[in-house]
Amino acid sequence: MNLILFTFIVLLGFTSYYFGRKKAYTIQSTKKRLTALPQFYGYYLAIWCAIPAFIIFSLWAIFEPTIVKLLILSDYSNQGYLDDELNLLYEKSKALSRGQFTGEITPFIEASAEKYLSLRSIAQSSKVVIVLSAIIASVAYAYKRISSNSRTREPVEKFLNAVLFTASLAAILTTVGIVFSLIFQTIDFFKVIPLFDFVFGTHWYPAKAFVRDSSEALDPTMYSDTFGAVPIFAGTFFIAFIAMCVAIPIGLMSGIYLAEYASTKVRQYAKPLIEILAGIPTVVYGFFAALTVGPFLKELGTSMGLEVSAESALAAGGVMGIMIIPFISSLSDDVITSVPQSLRDGSYAMGATKSETIKRVIFPAALPGIVGSILLGVSRAIGETMIVVMASGLAANLTLNPLESTSTITAQIVVILIGDQAFGDPKTQAAFALGMSLFLVTLCLNIVALRVVKKYREKYE
Amino acid sequence: MNKNKEQLLNKRYKAEQRFRLYGLSAIFMALLFLTIFIFKIFSTGYSAFQKTWLIVPVTFDAELMMLDQNPSKEDLQDADYYDIALKSMADLDPNANEDQENELKRMVSYFFEKEIKNKLLNDPNLIGKTKEVYLTASDDLDQVFKGNYPRDLPEDQRRVSDYQLKIFDQLVANGKVESKFNISFFTNADSREAELAGIASSFMGSIFSILVCLMIAFPVAVLAAIYLEEFAPKNRFTDFIEVNINNLAAVPSIVFGLLGLGVLLAIFHLPRSTPLVGGITLSLMTLPTIIIAARASLKAVPPSIREAALAIGASRMQTTMHHTVPLSMPGTLSGTIIGLAQALGETAPLILIGMVAFVNTIPGSPMDPAASLPVQIYIWAESAERGFVEKVSACIMVLLGFLIIMNLFAQIIRHKFEKKWS
Repeated sequence: MNLILFTFIVLLGFTSYYFGRKKAYTIQSTKKRLTALPQFYGYYLAIWCAIPAFIIFSLWAIFEPTIVKLLILSDYSNQGYLDDELNLLYEKSKALSRGQFTGEITPFIEASAEKYLSLRSIAQSSKVVIVLSAIIASVAYAYKRISSNSRTREPVEKFLNAVLFTASLAAILTTVGIVFSLIFQTIDFFKVIPLFDFVFGTHWYPAKAFVRDSSEALDPTMYSDTFGAVPIFAGTFFIAFIAMCVAIPIGLMSGIYLAEYASTKVRQYAKPLIEILAGIPTVVYGFFAALTVGPFLKELGTSMGLEVSAESALAAGGVMGIMIIPFISSLSDDVITSVPQSLRDGSYAMGATKSETIKRVIFPAALPGIVGSILLGVSRAIGETMIVVMASGLAANLTLNPLESTSTITAQIVVILIGDQAFGDPKTQAAFALGMSLFLVTLCLNIVALRVVKKYREKYE
Repeated sequence: MNKNKEQLLNKRYKAEQRFRLYGLSAIFMALLFLTIFIFKIFSTGYSAFQKTWLIVPVTFDAELMMLDQNPSKEDLQDADYYDIALKSMADLDPNANEDQENELKRMVSYFFEKEIKNKLLNDPNLIGKTKEVYLTASDDLDQVFKGNYPRDLPEDQRRVSDYQLKIFDQLVANGKVESKFNISFFTNADSREAELAGIASSFMGSIFSILVCLMIAFPVAVLAAIYLEEFAPKNRFTDFIEVNINNLAAVPSIVFGLLGLGVLLAIFHLPRSTPLVGGITLSLMTLPTIIIAARASLKAVPPSIREAALAIGASRMQTTMHHTVPLSMPGTLSGTIIGLAQALGETAPLILIGMVAFVNTIPGSPMDPAASLPVQIYIWAESAERGFVEKVSACIMVLLGFLIIMNLFAQIIRHKFEKKWS
């Protein structure tokens, strides 16, 4: 029904475009001058046709369920039902009216279901009537308004400008959505678990909170020593550190080589090949780390008499490092190429070799940009999920031994939220609190990194 | 004195060479990783495109199937195939005792009954006759035949018994085992049995998610880019939007998963595990990528184009819509495709919105529960059965294939259609 109405509105929009343009042609044929191209008369009419209709349409879609629910539940007011029971009753009658109800059918529910159906049909037909009359009214108004000396281009362009502006708000809306989705759960979480315990506690066993019987009242003492995030934060930074130990030397050196030494031919082939590494989905890296690198390191360690976990931090961090190589290499490549040639020439003129020039002149000049690229790499390493979920341990383990397994923020979020979640459970809220800390940490890193890179660019442009 | 200078010079030249070597070896390392990586995936995955069949003679005994004389089509549909299926497997070894008969049955997939049924439905004249039927081998025998399964393990450590191996070797010797192209890998949905599991459901899930993502992200991102590049006044608010976009591009993907879970599922009550929610989540993630690409290509259109249009009386909106935007489209489109390729490989946010559910039907619309290709890789990689290892690699090959095609496509659009201005 909605789809038909929607298509109908769109069709009417096209028709009114046609009529608007036709009116413009008629005006033109009477030798009067138009104030805009005939299309604008069409657009003007089409906007007047479709936009009021869509506004009513979407308002209706938002408010109809609430109003229907209120009307149905008004039958049960003053009967001493709790809110939850009323909600359940409403859901049951809705299900019954759709024929999907499987429980026991009481007369109450049956009556409500019938009422629901009749209300819905009334709502549907009145919606059609209202939308159509709105279209007729607004099109008639707009059609009367357009004449030879009325302005049509300006309103149309103003409208388009408004549409463009609204679209540009999407980025802000997404950020607001992220903060919004994280903050409430996080606040609820910190109502149960003191912030201090979360930030400084050293035991992380969220599984302990799961055995709780849901009917039991929340007892904060039960969770003491359950949600201490220190091992998680430590594991996250530790794995990111291992990753950067792999990525920085290889990424930086290949960036330098590509920028300063490589012939155009080598550059032309090597650069895209290295960038393939950035295009491989992380789940593929995770599979590689879990199935090839992990067992390989374990075997290697055993042959050297070391005890290596099959899910060692080294395997996850090392593979993550490979993933980050291209980010660092191409960013530092860009940064180094944008160092002005005059700096190099000056250094060569003093008799410095190429590597001396790079180490003593170009590198210091490019340092801010390189730091920026490394910070972006760190932010990526901290936020990386699939590699750690698949290749590193899932139990939080406070250790600095790269051969043991540790866990990270992202891995814990996945572990907690995979499968069914109950909102309101401290365990679920803990995942959102972890997400909040992840968001904040990466946000700071990104802002600093982007600012550093931007400042650097401005310096040499 | 002179000698000292020469030594110093030599040292400096050596340092130069060493430095150069470090750079070269760094590139070499990166490329080595890439090679190992691709080699590993291909060497474990290629065998999944083959499937092992056992050719077993089946006697279509009307009595055992509970069929009357001249059965109708419906009768054939409802007939009992389990007994003849069981019997034909047991007949592979006439001397088998009951335990061994059970083992014989486990040499083929549990789908064997249906395979025999399909054979008869295709050719109802077979009733009362004996005919050789291709039956899917169990995933363990499949792995044995492909040489991926160590036969020299002690019997209690492998999932194939000595007896099964003996019968299987006899079948191989008689030429009754055949390897064919594995069509079911592309047409089947996921299954708990490795030999039957396919990527059709996750493939459709991926396609639907990407379509939803494209339909939301592309228009919004292009409109936003046009506004920011062509119309936005330079003020604090515009700067704020810009900071937001740049930040979102670097926010970890799992945070978008939390957004999908906390807003789309918990507040808007959209259906869980569906490509619809997955697509919306991915679209929020790709939005900044496309905006940045679209802005860059709008910026690349030289100002002379705009000035020419404005000079002959076009309004700013007309200039933008008729000249700037069409000229920037190749760059925007190739950026969009690259953004979509990223979204196609994304796993973590989809796991959080429940697209990891076991789905053994092929979704028909974005509102049906589904997995996606990368999530399928994750699900199979977490599964302990040996048969799934090659499936994971094969699934990765399919996914990488798509990513390569998309990226090539983006390159082609960029090189073929983009105008060079200088």
